[in-house]
Amino acid sequence: MQSLYNFVSGPLVWVAFIVFIGGSVWRLASLLSLAKKKDTYVFEYWSWSHVFSSIGHWLTPFGSTNWRMQPVMSVVTFVFHIGLILVPIFTMGHIVLLEEGALGWSWPTLPDQVADIAAFIVLGGCAYFAWRRFALPQVKFVTSPSDFGILAVVAAPFLTGIMAYHHIGDPLLVTTLHVLAGELMLVCIPFTRLAHMLYFVFTRGYTASEFGAVRHVKDW
Amino acid sequence: MSENTEMAASAEAAATFLQKVQAKAESDRAAGRYEYDKIEDIGLDEGIKKLTPERIETVINQVLQGECGARLRAYVETCVHCGLCSEACHHYLSNDKNPKYSPVGKVKRTIWMMLQKKGRLTPAEVRECSVIASTECNLCRRCLQYCPFGIDIAYMLQTVRRICSKLGVTPQYIQDTTHSHAATMNQMWVKEDEWVDTLQWQEDEARDEFPTIRIPVAKEGADFMYSVIAPEPKFRTHLIYQAAAIFHTAGCDWTMPEEPGWDNSDMAMFTGDFETMGRVKKVHYEAAQRLRVKKIVMGECGHAFRSVYDVGNRWLGWKMPPIPMVHSIEFFYELIRDGKIKCREKFPEKVTFHDPCNTVRGRGLHEMGRYVANAFTLGVVEMSPNREHNLCCNAGGGVINCGPPWKTKRVLSNKAKAEQLARMKDMGIDTIVSPCHNCHGGLEDIIHHYGLEMKLKFLGDLIFEFMVRPDSE
Repeated sequence: MQSLYNFVSGPLVWVAFIVFIGGSVWRLASLLSLAKKKDTYVFEYWSWSHVFSSIGHWLTPFGSTNWRMQPVMSVVTFVFHIGLILVPIFTMGHIVLLEEGALGWSWPTLPDQVADIAAFIVLGGCAYFAWRRFALPQVKFVTSPSDFGILAVVAAPFLTGIMAYHHIGDPLLVTTLHVLAGELMLVCIPFTRLAHMLYFVFTRGYTASEFGAVRHVKDW
Repeated sequence: MSENTEMAASAEAAATFLQKVQAKAESDRAAGRYEYDKIEDIGLDEGIKKLTPERIETVINQVLQGECGARLRAYVETCVHCGLCSEACHHYLSNDKNPKYSPVGKVKRTIWMMLQKKGRLTPAEVRECSVIASTECNLCRRCLQYCPFGIDIAYMLQTVRRICSKLGVTPQYIQDTTHSHAATMNQMWVKEDEWVDTLQWQEDEARDEFPTIRIPVAKEGADFMYSVIAPEPKFRTHLIYQAAAIFHTAGCDWTMPEEPGWDNSDMAMFTGDFETMGRVKKVHYEAAQRLRVKKIVMGECGHAFRSVYDVGNRWLGWKMPPIPMVHSIEFFYELIRDGKIKCREKFPEKVTFHDPCNTVRGRGLHEMGRYVANAFTLGVVEMSPNREHNLCCNAGGGVINCGPPWKTKRVLSNKAKAEQLARMKDMGIDTIVSPCHNCHGGLEDIIHHYGLEMKLKFLGDLIFEFMVRPDSE
């Protein structure tokens, strides 16, 4: 068990990060080169000022008409994503590992309790999204098993992280599963619909450019 | 006291227009009118008989893989199936929030299926795709404003239309107009001599009222070329008369082309026959260039504006239209702002303003439209939602052009708009101003079906009737 832990928290971390970063770069590069080959107008119409303005509105809670129309979904979406990004990056345990590991870098951490609450919020967000998929007909209609798969991939590292922090279950097993789950999520980002993290800027950005620069109208 | 009680009771008994719309929807539901599955259309029914499995697979993949690229890939891989686009769509809102009519629901029933099955659809599935793309989406782009990722669902459903067009499975009526475009360069099979005759006839008519008026045909070097949609010379000639009267009063230096190119409408764009669209737009731009005018001014039409300003130019390789062009909303706004047209007497009512998707989401002309409407009426009372978030009329995007077989579906699928209008009617507003032909067509049908008793006006109607006319007798 210890050797498995050593493996997943050692070499496999490197593999996961290489696949995540390399995969993301490759996905973006191939998307852009395909755009250059077949959708050159994307570059022609691209307008950074409108991209920033639109994305700014969409990344502001209640900053767009639809966010205002869906207050619960908006709040959950925002706190979920904030937690999703903050917890892995600013948790004490992760930074200690990085500092003691190969990188030798460190940065400020979130207080443990804050990170704990944020992790619960992320899990709660996953539960809410899953509930929507069952309960709301317009979401259910377009839901496929893979949508639950993605939710599970996102929930797993947070669930195991909470278990590890609160000493639920065998510590070594839970920690090993936690690291594995985190690695799985990283690897999945470029190759599943979690790629919306990467593509968001381009899809919203292109729409923003068309709406703003060509059609002179807001898209939020 | 007793009189007051009586009045309150009678006020309660009188149904509001909103209640009328809802009652009508109930009776439509009870009569089974919301079931659209058995609608026949010769263009679709005969079209699918000619399909072979190989042809279907080849054409779908040719378009999805050959013509589409990064955009389609990014959209398909980014959509997280959250359903947040649903509330944007009047088809969804009007059909009891049936999820199959939500924007993403329509994508699921078309492009996703095509991608999943790698193009191996049955003829019946192709027919269904054509029905969805042509009659359940107006390409109004409201859902783009409601998707957090800005996924262009209109682009995807337009792509479905293109596939169906290449497969020869398009609703008959709109295909017929596309054929007319291809053969005559106008939507209504108006012949060249008929076109010029119509202009001369309108000029003759107008001379009773404006003795020195001209409709200058093929005048080189004028300030602008005025272009219209072919239904104007065909059915609504008075609109050409009105426009001429306004330009005459404002002292404009203008012209209309003598040859093909005078029609700015474009059903080929909406069927996905981009080759024909390109030919039609090229002729339109060339007509203006041949006349050496400084710009094109378009009549009060939405889809034609989209075609000339936004779509046709791109197909021909122009980032922006090769010749400056404005919609008449903007042109009227400038005439009034510059004092070239003055209001003699205001239209004696408050009005509401229906924003055409193609001039608001397509050009942001909502405030200019209100400026004109406010200048010529007692004021605009806003519908909700409005401006760039306005609900579509459900006629645009070629949906009304799919013709009579689809009329009931089209009207019932815009109960949401009827309710919006009914709320205005209940506030005492009887007139809707809307600067788009398609919107007039769609709204007229809704007003009639739900018994809303409202009037529709173009901006040109108001200006023509209520402007100061120095030259008029």
